[in-house]
Amino acid sequence: MNESGPLPTVARRRFYRREGGNPLVELTLSRFREFVREPEAVFWVFAFPVIMTCALGIAFRSRGAEPVIAGVVEQPGADEIAAALEKSGGFKVRRLPPAEVDRALRDGRAPVVIVPGTPPTYRYDEARAESQVARLAVDAALQRAAGRPDAFAPVQEPIRTVGSRYIDWLVPGLLGMNIMGTGLWGVGFAIVNARAKKLLKRLVATPMAKSDYLLSLVLSRMATLSIEVIVIIGFAWIFFDVAVHGPLWALALLAILGALSFGGLGLLVASRAKTIEAVSGLMNLVMLPMWVLSGVFFASTNFPEAMQPFIHVLPLSALNDSLRIIVNEGRGIDAVLPQAGILAAWGGISFVLSLKLFRWQ
Amino acid sequence: MYHGYNRAVSSSQVALSCIGVVKRYGSVTAVNGLDLKVLRGECFGLLGPNGAGKTTTIEILEGLLAADAGEVEVLGQRWDRDATALRSRLGIQLQETQLADKLTVAETLRVFRSFYPRGPSVDVLLDTVELGSKRDAWVKNLSGGQKQRLSVACALVGEPELLFLDEPTTGLDPQSRRQLWEVLERFRGNGGTILITTHYMDEAHELCDRVGIMDQGKLIALGTPRELVASLGAEHVVEFAVAEGVRIDDQLFTALPGVRDVRRDDAAHLHLSTSELHLTVPALLDFLRARDAALSQLGTHSATLEDVFVTLTGRQLRDE
Repeated sequence: MNESGPLPTVARRRFYRREGGNPLVELTLSRFREFVREPEAVFWVFAFPVIMTCALGIAFRSRGAEPVIAGVVEQPGADEIAAALEKSGGFKVRRLPPAEVDRALRDGRAPVVIVPGTPPTYRYDEARAESQVARLAVDAALQRAAGRPDAFAPVQEPIRTVGSRYIDWLVPGLLGMNIMGTGLWGVGFAIVNARAKKLLKRLVATPMAKSDYLLSLVLSRMATLSIEVIVIIGFAWIFFDVAVHGPLWALALLAILGALSFGGLGLLVASRAKTIEAVSGLMNLVMLPMWVLSGVFFASTNFPEAMQPFIHVLPLSALNDSLRIIVNEGRGIDAVLPQAGILAAWGGISFVLSLKLFRWQ
Repeated sequence: MYHGYNRAVSSSQVALSCIGVVKRYGSVTAVNGLDLKVLRGECFGLLGPNGAGKTTTIEILEGLLAADAGEVEVLGQRWDRDATALRSRLGIQLQETQLADKLTVAETLRVFRSFYPRGPSVDVLLDTVELGSKRDAWVKNLSGGQKQRLSVACALVGEPELLFLDEPTTGLDPQSRRQLWEVLERFRGNGGTILITTHYMDEAHELCDRVGIMDQGKLIALGTPRELVASLGAEHVVEFAVAEGVRIDDQLFTALPGVRDVRRDDAAHLHLSTSELHLTVPALLDFLRARDAALSQLGTHSATLEDVFVTLTGRQLRDE
């Protein structure tokens, strides 16, 4: 052993030993640094959901009672119908030349079109709820104008409570979608990138514990997750009054469980893929069905009854359902145990599978 | 075949040994029964053209690949039994590793340092590879030579007893190569053992105590660079070309004074290996003049490992 240094060997050894940090901490820090130095990644994780919430919040803002738009074909008798609707109130009459009718129905300028006559003809789209509602409203107003009496005057009680608007329902779904996307990408991209650059191979050539590497991906993911949840929930709360009605710790627990679950899926998806292109394809294959089925932008109950059991065991469905139970319904963690179980199962099974399948080089 | 060390060596002097190592990829045999012994404190160079099996060999020794047959012992330990202990005693630089682009030099070293139970501090390492001024630069902003020095620093981070380097200077400019050689010389100076693969003959001459020349998965020559060149029996090579259309039988050149070997690249280009350049050249000129064969090219150089390879295989080292 050469003694060229200023310290005798033993003392130098001690001094050296203190120099090395904890591998798990160092790996986690590097992963986190790499993430925040990647502007695109930062955009997709933090800015995208905020912009999405903002755009959808504005598009579907609560505007109070909206007038029903009724198209009236420009021909003899049109004036009488327009007058009757205006007198009844709550309508906006749009007069249409006969040639325009089909187009107006198709592009939604007029959900219902009245062709004057005795009796009048209602043209509408059976498949669209808005069109159905407009037809019913027009029919009631015209029947009443023609002399039909009301059997009774019901008490009307429109709901205006915060927590039941579309935006209230949307925000937990967006949060769930974001946790899925960043979980899969954050873990999967990092692994495949390192594998493609032969960095994984280089790391296995060191005494590094493989579990430290995988764990560091999960831990750095937790750091970005907490920021992500705070940004989305905070933004929705400040600008759209979307309140978390349930306990915050339950929300935090679900977010962590969701991130672990999708982190496990990310690991599985990335366990063999050699290129970024391959893993991107696999990620989209995993995520796309859930974007559509799992109730992010519209309720999954829109799909046929026969599909519901399948939809409900998807991890994103479980996450979205449980987030909504906490955020919208204000219930506690005990109300989301089945969903938590589904998330844990997805995470656990994919983690075990990926440990078996994982290729370091 | 030259073995370099003929004397018996005790096992504690052996840094690494492999016996009868075979590795196949499908129908291709990348390593075909390789025997090799590297002593402690030695710098051993594995030479050969691309595809000779150098990288496969070094990765088997590094424990990254499992051999199909044969025995490998590194620092007295074996990969199947002592992998974890062994990892912390080795320094490894791989041919194609790209370190994380957006970490700084110091951050990269700190991560690697954390894997090893002992080793120099990040600042000492930065000094060792002369990257102190690039401490806080992102890896992606380093030049090729700086990246390679960082890669070697990552290999030195655990104060290894044995350093594996796979073509560390490929693609570097002469100055960067020299800087890297200095780093390796310093490591040697502290008693470290090096196994390096290269296809640069000057690098092998400069750094290596012994070299093994590999071709098609086998060692075809082994010895000190000086021994191998001497094995040609001719320290000089005369390269020349005669004008088109002149046919002279190769055998006739063998009769010239000093000539040990004749090799023909094509119809016009010939190489003569000679032990006595001062006799061969005048004789060659007279010989050609007598046959009215005009010289279109003439040059000489001292024989190198390149000539050893060409003589052994009939092929060039580098352009494969």
